[in-house]
Amino acid sequence: MKTRDATRFAFDALRGYRTRTLLMLLAMSIGVASVLVLTSLGEAARRYVTGEFSSLGTNLIIVLPGKSETSGGSPSLLGGTTRDLTLNDALAVSRSALINHMAPLIIGSAPVSVKNLQRDVMVVGSTSSLLDVRQWRLGKGRFLPETDITRARFVTVLGSTLKQELFGAKNALGEWVRIGDRRFRVIGIMAAQGRSFDIDVENVAFVPVAAAQMLFNTQSLFRILLDTRSRESIPRAIAFIKHTLRERHQGEEDVTLITQDAVLATFDKILRALTLTVAGIAAISLAVAGILIMNVMLVAVSQRTTEIGLLKALGVPQRQIIRLFMTEAALLSGMGAGLGLLVGQTVSSVIGYFYPALPLGTPWWAFLAAIGVALGTGLLFSLLPARRAAQLDPVQALARR
Amino acid sequence: MIRLTDIQRNFQVGDQQVHALRDINLQVTAGEYISIMGPSGSGKSTLLNMIGLLDQPTAGHYQLDGQDVTTLSDEQQARTRREKIGFVFQFFHLVPRLTAAQNIALPLMLAGMPEKQRNQKVQMALQQMGIADRAGHRPDQLSGGQRQRVAIARATVIGPAVLLADEPTGNLDSAAGTEVVKILEQLNANGLTLLVVTHDETLGKRARRRIHMIDGAIEHDTLLQNHTPPASP
Ligand SMILES: Nc1ncnc2c1ncn2[C@@H]1O[C@H](COP(=O)(O)OP(=O)(O)O)[C@@H](O)[C@H]1O
Ligand SMILES: [Mg+2]
Repeated sequence: MKTRDATRFAFDALRGYRTRTLLMLLAMSIGVASVLVLTSLGEAARRYVTGEFSSLGTNLIIVLPGKSETSGGSPSLLGGTTRDLTLNDALAVSRSALINHMAPLIIGSAPVSVKNLQRDVMVVGSTSSLLDVRQWRLGKGRFLPETDITRARFVTVLGSTLKQELFGAKNALGEWVRIGDRRFRVIGIMAAQGRSFDIDVENVAFVPVAAAQMLFNTQSLFRILLDTRSRESIPRAIAFIKHTLRERHQGEEDVTLITQDAVLATFDKILRALTLTVAGIAAISLAVAGILIMNVMLVAVSQRTTEIGLLKALGVPQRQIIRLFMTEAALLSGMGAGLGLLVGQTVSSVIGYFYPALPLGTPWWAFLAAIGVALGTGLLFSLLPARRAAQLDPVQALARR
Repeated sequence: MIRLTDIQRNFQVGDQQVHALRDINLQVTAGEYISIMGPSGSGKSTLLNMIGLLDQPTAGHYQLDGQDVTTLSDEQQARTRREKIGFVFQFFHLVPRLTAAQNIALPLMLAGMPEKQRNQKVQMALQQMGIADRAGHRPDQLSGGQRQRVAIARATVIGPAVLLADEPTGNLDSAAGTEVVKILEQLNANGLTLLVVTHDETLGKRARRRIHMIDGAIEHDTLLQNHTPPASP
């Protein structure tokens, strides 16, 4: 029997039993669509979170004072073993050839004012390298000066919103602002770029790190940000930083190092597992569809007993009867999968329309998996009914009328 | 052509053995016209199904064209059935969703014949059965006699050597039955071996050779010499 004829015969049979065909198509397409929609949501969550972390910059190493990231208060309360990170520590670790940029960080809050306009904002003390490490964009003027970082110069770079609030549409470059109890000259304005993970760049005043030390009357750094020349050099750079700081801190390992890579990898793993779990749950609905298909196929076999008996009388071998029923199953699950793709994509685009921030997009493996599982369950669960049909006793099948 | 030797067919019903066929010995030569009669339950259908390879004997041998067919695989038996044997049933057994033409084309399609060739053969069969104008009708749009003619066309379209008809007129009024018998006899006149199971005495008496069965055994097997059936049934 020709494949085209077999397909036509199966198709006619499906059309002949419209209700059961529609029922099975419905079950199949719901299963496929839910796999697609749920994986695309999971993937969207993963892409969103990893995207946020990527905005930290690449090949980033963060050095924090204290052995772990719990020291929100005074570290000296924990027994006095923790030393502050100082500017000299920062300079020492940046001396390696593995390190590309180094940006020390002091963060505090202070009133920033022009004439009688005043705003309480975050003041970030750092160096010119901060721009490179965090990959932020400057709008106008210059960023912090590239001079000896231990020298306090009273210049500042303002975030775009802050500038707007203090100066309006007027030029701010070269003007003076008061931060805390000192006067700073504005040398640059950041480009508008929204929040960058931990710092709201538009609402910040950047000052040289030594100036921040004076402003907040502290020697200790909040953090040291470093980035390496390549991703591969991260482990060696970490070893170097640990070694250097241990020597400078009298053999104590009292810092914590975080790599953006590690954080990213962890989140990536967790979220991918989540996506797979959700997809797995959705795949259960496909299995349910498969069982439904089996039932409906069994009904079909008993409905068409005489037809099967007739086929046998016409000289159709068992193998070919199995093939005919499997063709029906393949057509059904194929059409169901196609319909499911359509429904899934439609639902995805509707979600995308209402939540444009979600980076929706079904991964290619979800398409393959959904179609594969649909065809797989469809065929697998039709095997038993098809075999039952093939093994019917033709005499008894034809005795029924 | 057909040679049955010591054929037995037993059915197990509960703990009882039903002997549907006992020690059947039968030889059929090509081109014969045989009627099989006997009371209900005497094994007529079982014998016909046995000859048509739809049923397997419990014991005995069946040779078709010199070949022992009882030991063939499912695949080989199906092939033999497809090529050599045609069935006509009391209840027609047309596929309800297919048109008359499609029903007739079914065996050709299953055998893998290209559509063009198929359509030609179907067209010829429809003409021969006098139902060319019903080609596009589905079974529920046909009368009983027309349905049986479609069934006969389907059984013979592939060109079998034997036609097995189990009560072909059993579900028809006498006019339609007469029409069907005429067609069957016409086919036999053209060389087709014809075995007809029937209740109808007058129909049975039209055959040159008459087999009478009782209780699973052949009671009489009479071959009339110089027999000429009435010109018109
Ligand atoms: N599948 C079966 N199971 C049990 N008994 C059967 C079966 N098929 C036929 N028989 C029995 O075999 C005998 C012959 O049946 P059958 O050939 O159909 O008779 P006929 O066609 O002459 O009326 C009957 O007694 C019937 O009850
Ligand atoms: Mg019978």
